[in-house]
Amino acid sequence: MESDFINKTIERSSVQLCKADFESDQMVKWCPGCGSHAILNAVERVFPKIGYRKENFCMVSGIGCSSRFPYYVNTYGIHGIHGRAAAIGTGVKVANPKLSVWIATGDGDSLAIGGNHFIHIIRRNVDVNILLFNNQIYGLTKGQYSPTTPMGRVTKTSPMGTIEHPFNIGELVMGAEGTFFARVPDNNLNLLTEAMFEAAKHDGTAIIEVLQNCVIFADKAHNDITGKDTKDENMLILKNGDPMIFGKNKDKGLRLNGTKIEVVEIGKNGVTENDILVHDQYDQDPGIQLMLAKLAPPKFPMVFGVIRSAMFPTFDDLVEDQIKYAKETSKIKCVDDLLNSGETWEIK
Amino acid sequence: MTKKKRNVVERDSVVVKFVGDSGDGMQLSGNIFSDSAAVAGNDLATFPDFPAEIRAPQNTVPGVSGFQVHLGSKKIFTIGDLCDVIVAMNPASLKANLNWAKKGATLILDVDAFDEKSIEKAGYKSNPITDGSLNSYQVIPAPITSLTKGSLKEMDVDNKTAERSKNMFALGMLYFIFNRDLKQAISYFEIKFKKNPRLIDINTVVLKAGYAFADTIEAVESTISIPPAKMEKGKYRDINGNLATAWGLLAASEKSGRPLFLGSYPITPATDILVELAKWKSLGAKVFQAEDEIAGVCSAIGASFTGAMACTTTSGPGFSLKSEAIGLAVMTELPLIIVDVQRAGPSTGLPTKSEQSDLMQALYGRNGECPVIVIAASTPEDCFYYAFMAAKLSMEHMTPCIFLTDGTLGFGSALFKIPKMADLPPINPPLAKPNDPDYKPYRRDPETLVRQWAIPGTEGLRHRVGGLEKENIIGSVSTDPANHQLMVDLRAAKVEKVADFIPEQEIDGDKEGDLLVVSWGSTYGAVHIAVQQLKAEGKKISHAHFKYIMPLPKNTEKVLKGFKKIVVCELNSGQFVQYLKAKFPKDNYHQVNKVQGLPFTITELTEKFNQLLEEK
Ligand SMILES: Cc1ncc(C[n+]2csc(CCOP(=O)(O)OP(=O)(O)O)c2C)c(N)n1
Ligand code: SF4
Ligand SMILES: [Mg+2]
Repeated sequence: MESDFINKTIERSSVQLCKADFESDQMVKWCPGCGSHAILNAVERVFPKIGYRKENFCMVSGIGCSSRFPYYVNTYGIHGIHGRAAAIGTGVKVANPKLSVWIATGDGDSLAIGGNHFIHIIRRNVDVNILLFNNQIYGLTKGQYSPTTPMGRVTKTSPMGTIEHPFNIGELVMGAEGTFFARVPDNNLNLLTEAMFEAAKHDGTAIIEVLQNCVIFADKAHNDITGKDTKDENMLILKNGDPMIFGKNKDKGLRLNGTKIEVVEIGKNGVTENDILVHDQYDQDPGIQLMLAKLAPPKFPMVFGVIRSAMFPTFDDLVEDQIKYAKETSKIKCVDDLLNSGETWEIK
Repeated sequence: MTKKKRNVVERDSVVVKFVGDSGDGMQLSGNIFSDSAAVAGNDLATFPDFPAEIRAPQNTVPGVSGFQVHLGSKKIFTIGDLCDVIVAMNPASLKANLNWAKKGATLILDVDAFDEKSIEKAGYKSNPITDGSLNSYQVIPAPITSLTKGSLKEMDVDNKTAERSKNMFALGMLYFIFNRDLKQAISYFEIKFKKNPRLIDINTVVLKAGYAFADTIEAVESTISIPPAKMEKGKYRDINGNLATAWGLLAASEKSGRPLFLGSYPITPATDILVELAKWKSLGAKVFQAEDEIAGVCSAIGASFTGAMACTTTSGPGFSLKSEAIGLAVMTELPLIIVDVQRAGPSTGLPTKSEQSDLMQALYGRNGECPVIVIAASTPEDCFYYAFMAAKLSMEHMTPCIFLTDGTLGFGSALFKIPKMADLPPINPPLAKPNDPDYKPYRRDPETLVRQWAIPGTEGLRHRVGGLEKENIIGSVSTDPANHQLMVDLRAAKVEKVADFIPEQEIDGDKEGDLLVVSWGSTYGAVHIAVQQLKAEGKKISHAHFKYIMPLPKNTEKVLKGFKKIVVCELNSGQFVQYLKAKFPKDNYHQVNKVQGLPFTITELTEKFNQLLEEK
């Protein structure tokens, strides 16, 4: 990993930082075996690699198990209220673009109560990184279904199975004009840190959906995909510029057939590697990326890694540009100027 | 036509209202007229009366738009209960406003607009000009529309433009009646229509035609002169409360060196503050139009964490949405300025009408023990100073401050003596120093109980804040019962200590007497005048108008002590009086309340006060 591409407005550390620089002295209170531990580990490893001064990281969160995150990383941090992390994070970043803002949030926090803020931060393309802990359940409140719980799942509030259609987060992100979306499992440290690094490199709202295991209330919810026995056939890990190949024997791939994606076997029916779709995460047109984000077993593998990272202007940059221009061109330079502008008269 | 020699009648104050259809340009003529009064040295207050609908049907009562001006040779405190002069451009506007005319008031009516259809649309059964129903007024019938068109005959002006300039004909008539210099209006046109010089000519011609017409007709029996008011020397401008609030916030930002961040969502009557601040990027104001009020306040809290002077502006319904987040700012002990331009509620209520009914919500409307500073402005111009104070107190005391104004203040204008930034008090937020080895998130100044503001990016101060209860001094999450009690007490004591930094409550009048009139907010003008009138009659009555509500000034109990009776006047069902009763229980509180979306009139106040003075 190189940090050359990282945002230039944020001041870099003059010394090499390490994991210990970001470990907090607080007791981590997640359940043993909770997937969140792995995410914390990845963050503590990737922050020194990103290389900003340690004071320039700011963690923001809402409410939920996942939202305890800021207490466990030694950075500036604000633990907010339920659903509002994206709104608080927007304020942090817009007020001070020289901070690297990381939002930790849950599927309930961002997609239920905070759905409005979630789509709008994405639409505006505020330059923050959002770690969305998707455990398909409300953890902190002990096991109610969430907007990502698969239809039919029995939870505390769906004793007969849910009758709600869940969100596909990638589809939602791209529907909201998202510029960056990655999906990673909580059990692959490399993939986690790589996606976080890519998110840091990306200028704009970066959403990382982490398939996180809640051992208590939705254990093994992602096992059909990310489990030891299933992952080879059900996970396709994208790499920019590489053909989309998966399977235990690396003999399956995705091919575009008309307007649809299909799974083909390389070497069979005349299919060669040249027929396989090549991943372009930087494509501004989200067409293929959106199709990829929606793929799911049993017919398809689920795709992982950075699905989309397209370049578009960021909200915070545009705010700064307008302010700079206004300061250069306006006649009103201070409040005294303002108070005395327009129609005034003297009483003698 | 022969010109008539007329008497000049001197008056110390006059209330004029311009009314017409939404498209008739009444706001503009009203504004120019009030400027002419200001330039001539009168004091004044104005209030625009917008229809609730953007495009109500033409010539109907819901489509009426108005502009009221109260001008005088003495200090003007209100926009005036009743009007001396009404200029009505159509039957609907006459119908909607005749209730506000004094007995014998002058009515200038565009007779051309009183055709059968418009009369019917306005809800009249017959023409009020001819059916005798206006006999107790002094009616000046003027064919304004036709004379406007006539005056433009030689200029080859299209019908629509001619129609649209008839407001200037009416204005010209008033310039004659009030002995104003036309030059002022013409120079106004020259600025306003700089890009379209033809409009300067058109408006000037029509204005002069109106002036000349008034000079020729019999109905104008005399003209009015209002001598200049005795006003403090200095440079003045017109300001409305929303503008003053926006500028007060900008002033506080400049003074404190903390960049202004506003997170807000449009809502009547607070929107204009958002609109105004959005203009001042050149002063570094970062204005974020959020997706809703919750995002507005939450983005402000995020900005505050980074060291910005963070504000959010709203009105009642939006204020409700912000409640939970205000609690977060209380818990994290971050500065946050919440401006609530109150309107008539509950729910959507009467969006364009004013009320003081959010006081209890400001004081208590959050979960948990959640004290904040609450202050209220009294006049459009002091919105500037109290917005400034709200920001100062919030930042210096690291606590949210709710600043209450209302629609009457927000839309109402008054003359504003332009202050100099150098004369405003300093604002010194308690910023933590880089690498301070003793820094702890919840270590407090022993005197003020204020914690320090440690700004992200600063070396050696990394820390976490949040909505979970924190351990005293250290700032780690704590569920310890005794610690929670301590922190609740500390947050309350911190807000109470603000009382050491605000002025004592003033009494207008003697410190003892039969009746103390208590008020707060936009009712100041009406209550003040009512009290002055009774005082002039020799009654033992005094007035205490509160600006600092939480905490109350330290001498409040003493102020209340010296009177046989206390009467608390407010435009709600009795919120401030409940608050005072809870703090200072006594059995001599009385109250005057009104919840009609309308301000107090002076007469209704004096009647109540007299009643209380007479009763044993
Ligand atoms: C306004 C508000 N409503 C409800 C709650 C209760 N609550 C806390 S966390 C939570 C859901 C958490 O689910 P998720 O966001 O998926 O986080 P997880 O615990 O699964 O990480 C709820 C409903 C709250 N704290 N605040
Ligand atoms: S309840 Fe679930 S999500 Fe929450 S800490 Fe435990 S395992 Fe993790
Ligand atoms: Mg969850």
